[in-house]
Amino acid sequence: MASTVQITPESQTMVLNMGPQHPSTHGVLRVILELDGEIVLKAEPVIGYLHTGIEKNFEKLTYSQCIPLTDRMDYLANLSNNLGYCLAVEKLAGIEVPKRAQYIRVLLTELTRIQSHLVWLGTHAIDLGAMSVFLYCFREREEILKIFELVSGQRMMTSYFRIGGLALEPPPTYLEQISKFLDAFPGHLAEYEDLLTENPIWKLRTQGVAVLKLEDAIAMGVSGPSLRGSGSDYDVRKYFPYSSYEEFDFNVPVQTAGDVYARYQCRLAEMRESVKICRQAMQKIPPQGPFRAEVRGLIPPSREEMKTSIEGLIYHFKIWTEGITPPPGEVYQAIESPRGEIGFYVCSDGSNRPYRVKVRAPSFVNLQALPKLVVGKLIADVVASIGTIDIVLGEVDR
Amino acid sequence: MESEQQNSPLAVRKLKERDPQGITEVVYLRGEATVVLPRNRLLSACEFLKNDPELKFDFLSDITPVDRFPIEPRFEVNYHLVSLSRRERLRLKVRVTTKDPAVPTVTGVWPTANWHEREAWDLMGVRFEGHPNLTRILMPDDWEGHPHRKDYPVEGYR
Repeated sequence: MASTVQITPESQTMVLNMGPQHPSTHGVLRVILELDGEIVLKAEPVIGYLHTGIEKNFEKLTYSQCIPLTDRMDYLANLSNNLGYCLAVEKLAGIEVPKRAQYIRVLLTELTRIQSHLVWLGTHAIDLGAMSVFLYCFREREEILKIFELVSGQRMMTSYFRIGGLALEPPPTYLEQISKFLDAFPGHLAEYEDLLTENPIWKLRTQGVAVLKLEDAIAMGVSGPSLRGSGSDYDVRKYFPYSSYEEFDFNVPVQTAGDVYARYQCRLAEMRESVKICRQAMQKIPPQGPFRAEVRGLIPPSREEMKTSIEGLIYHFKIWTEGITPPPGEVYQAIESPRGEIGFYVCSDGSNRPYRVKVRAPSFVNLQALPKLVVGKLIADVVASIGTIDIVLGEVDR
Repeated sequence: MESEQQNSPLAVRKLKERDPQGITEVVYLRGEATVVLPRNRLLSACEFLKNDPELKFDFLSDITPVDRFPIEPRFEVNYHLVSLSRRERLRLKVRVTTKDPAVPTVTGVWPTANWHEREAWDLMGVRFEGHPNLTRILMPDDWEGHPHRKDYPVEGYR
């Protein structure tokens, strides 16, 4: 974490240490800023304060024990992370997930996207001085968390997706709850837009601020809404469809201005698209059917089978004690998390524990582009720039 | 063999055409293509893949080092590339030994490699020759050892 920012007694510049304890860094991020008056000459993000060795821990756990750790990386997009990891292991082991489970996965990950964007919008607005938006966003987010609690028993660390499908059959009322939320939500979105979109102060603080050019964004590997605000339509859901996304009809919102305002518009439009996807998923989900694949030796048998057949009992104990053993090999599975492309590289040596798991964390890569956003600009816009790339430090440091 | 040639992705065919000796092996698994390269051919292959007007692998997703301890060559470095225009993925793989765990940097081709390579150095101890600032990124500066190596205990050395 050695700094490249150096000053000498003769230099006319000032070095300002922002963070690691700073409310608008959304975690423990430290940025070393070299300033000439109010202009930022150099910015260097310093990370690693939340490093917990999650990737190393994966190697000591069985494949299904790893799932709870994925929640804890990006704690705002828990179900997206579950999905990415499960898809990677399923690809490695060659498991086909039943359609019903795939649609429920899509439904819940899109709710996760809305929920994560709501936290982003609330905290980003509060960073820029719009206090009330925060309260409204968290009001709606609470509804989504209640849905998660209903379905999985947990509000944030859901671990609801398992290898081969879902952890358990969702409760009978979940679709009702979700549809109630989806009916109300577009109206709430309009409320946020009323507060911000045409607000002159909001526009002054966001338009033309922290501009990221398209070629810079691609060169820096930026993905997700931060990239689409600069003009690319790269969305993993469209480019490399997974979990039946190819059957859904939705648009990928793209803006070309590349500033904070463009990324704000992208994320708001994305929430609308997510509502659309959720509605379609609810139509597609068959009321009955398996919520988990049935593969001998890879997926735990159902409770009934475990209790009524000796073979089921054997496999139940075998899978829950020894774990599953995918064939040797390596896969890379990327999905579109709220922050961008999250990729899971899973490597197996044929044993019951992953040989190596590497996570391509979108926050980590997007944060690298921060100097491009702030250098040569005013220090007052640094907070807006950190907010607009939507980082979660738990995922940056893993 | 002929049919495999027909089905192999354009990128693999073009890489083979360009430099038949520059590819050690091509592996297809679960619909993913992996091209194994010798270390000295990596940089030119990367530049070719990025700049070829037909291929345009302009997006580097990730750099993933793997420790195969105690097998030699011990370290694998995987590069996950995306071609946004062709909607295609490709993995490049380079193997290096314990004695000389060094790979040329690709920061000149994809600037995003900067932090990925720093992370790989920090956690796995693979050196990237020519990197502008190869320092630790996640661990503290005075940390000893590289935690993701297989001979490094999960609990640490304490």
